[in-house]
Amino acid sequence: MFAIDPMLNGELLWTPLVIVLLKVLAVFVTGLVATMLMVWFERKVISGMQNRIGPNKAGPFGLLQTLADGIKLFFKEDLIPERSDRFVFKLAPFLSFVPAFLSFAIIPLGGDFRDGNNGMVTWFGHTTRVQLADPPVGVLFALAISAIAVYGIMLAGWSSGSKYPLLGSVRASAQMVSYEAALGLSLGTVFLVTGTLSTSGIVAAQSSIGNWNVVATGVVPFVIFLIAATAELNRPPFDLVEAEQELVGGFNTEYSSIRFALFYLAEFMNTVTMSALIVTLFFGGPQPISFGGIVLDIPLVPNGLEGTIWLFAKVLVFLYIYVWLRATLPRFRYDQLMDLGWKVLIPASLGWFMLIAAQRLGRDQGWNTFVVTGVSVAVLGASYALLQAAFKVSAKQREAEGSMF
Amino acid sequence: MLIAQNISFAIIAAVMIVGAIRVVTTSNVVHGALWLVVVLAGAAAQYVLLAAEFVAVTQVLVYIGAVMVLFLFGTMLTRSRIGRDSGLNNTYWKLGIPVALALFAAMAIALVDSFGSEKMPADGAIVNTQQISDQIFGPYLLPFWALSFVLLAAVIGAIVLARKD
Repeated sequence: MFAIDPMLNGELLWTPLVIVLLKVLAVFVTGLVATMLMVWFERKVISGMQNRIGPNKAGPFGLLQTLADGIKLFFKEDLIPERSDRFVFKLAPFLSFVPAFLSFAIIPLGGDFRDGNNGMVTWFGHTTRVQLADPPVGVLFALAISAIAVYGIMLAGWSSGSKYPLLGSVRASAQMVSYEAALGLSLGTVFLVTGTLSTSGIVAAQSSIGNWNVVATGVVPFVIFLIAATAELNRPPFDLVEAEQELVGGFNTEYSSIRFALFYLAEFMNTVTMSALIVTLFFGGPQPISFGGIVLDIPLVPNGLEGTIWLFAKVLVFLYIYVWLRATLPRFRYDQLMDLGWKVLIPASLGWFMLIAAQRLGRDQGWNTFVVTGVSVAVLGASYALLQAAFKVSAKQREAEGSMF
Repeated sequence: MLIAQNISFAIIAAVMIVGAIRVVTTSNVVHGALWLVVVLAGAAAQYVLLAAEFVAVTQVLVYIGAVMVLFLFGTMLTRSRIGRDSGLNNTYWKLGIPVALALFAAMAIALVDSFGSEKMPADGAIVNTQQISDQIFGPYLLPFWALSFVLLAAVIGAIVLARKD
């Protein structure tokens, strides 16, 4: 019925069912362990950057610190504020936690994509992918899930029945809705270049560095996606949702015990998932690094397993970048945040999309590349001038009105 | 397989009906919006059952991810009270019943008229995104443009309304 896995076509047997269940379990456990290690990684790297030692007591190098914190949170008192909306208050952490895991399901976690193989592996006589599901709408599914994730934060703030969480959640929803548009628009270019929405198809199309979407789409969509993804994750410098100096703790102020832990877990899980998504979309996912026919092959490891190692290495780079950004950049002011989203990222991604689309059309129709480029650049320049004129007019009017507050 | 689909359809439809009734009977605006999310999610699930994955994902992306979030956002900015609200019904609420019935009749007639006793193939192949886009940008290009202009008009209207001068 669903084309999510070639293994499920035909008669439904026991072995495919067991394989799917094992995959679900593997994805869930990988997610949890990755989140646990990510929390440790972030604390350790940040402490290094701030010239501190960081967690070093629980386990070797403090590796078990997250586990210890989790157990501690389990045993804390579970408070529900008296003026809260009890059902929604209890529901909100799960609305935030479940989507974080769901989008992990569509990421190819390994498999052999080189030499025209499309990432299939054979387990117990069944051909399948090293990914829980490969729906034809792939990446759109991830976007839909990240849209749903807003609800957890928004409802948490509202149902707490106090002012600061509400402010935090109103900020969150405004921010996430604004940046979702840029996120989706920058992906348009990727779809245009690869011609498919499915994650495994996108990975299969990126066989060497020249084909990596970061190069094929011309870096701009990747930069926009990275910024928009950071905003979507509510990570610094876009963490206005939980700006502790202004909002006490933000949307999760009233949460304690395991409910708070769920929010915390979802936040870090989302970071891991988003990094994996970036790698899948722009950096070839589990494909090995290869350039001009030379493949960096890890000896002795079968190709299917090698994919997992490459994916892990690439994801690690982005996780490090996220931590690095956190340690380096100060928080945005709210109006700067909105300006960046609406006035820079959305027009830029739209313009770039049109540029690439014009190039593609020109190539298909056999038009002169230089003419096409010249015309599109001229059109984009004119649009940019119009946009700037509009900004100028609105700024003048605002000045004439006097300040709003 | 078809039996399983029928059972799922019935369950989801029942949830959707309960949700739709709760949208109008609940006494809390935010709860009403959340019940509406349940109804819209149910519609998305029905699309999945019909093997229309793209439509289902778009439904979630647009209605649940954008429209309802903005709904809730607006509600939180204006009246974020927790607990019961009084006076949510205005005096003309009974007028809504004939309007709803008329809409239902119009849609039912349109559906029956265009499809009649036609049935979907039991082992229907999944319509992929490319086929949908070929349809939209081919035979249905004109309605698509018309819709885009309606949306554009709505956007411009919203800006005009929100401007102070």
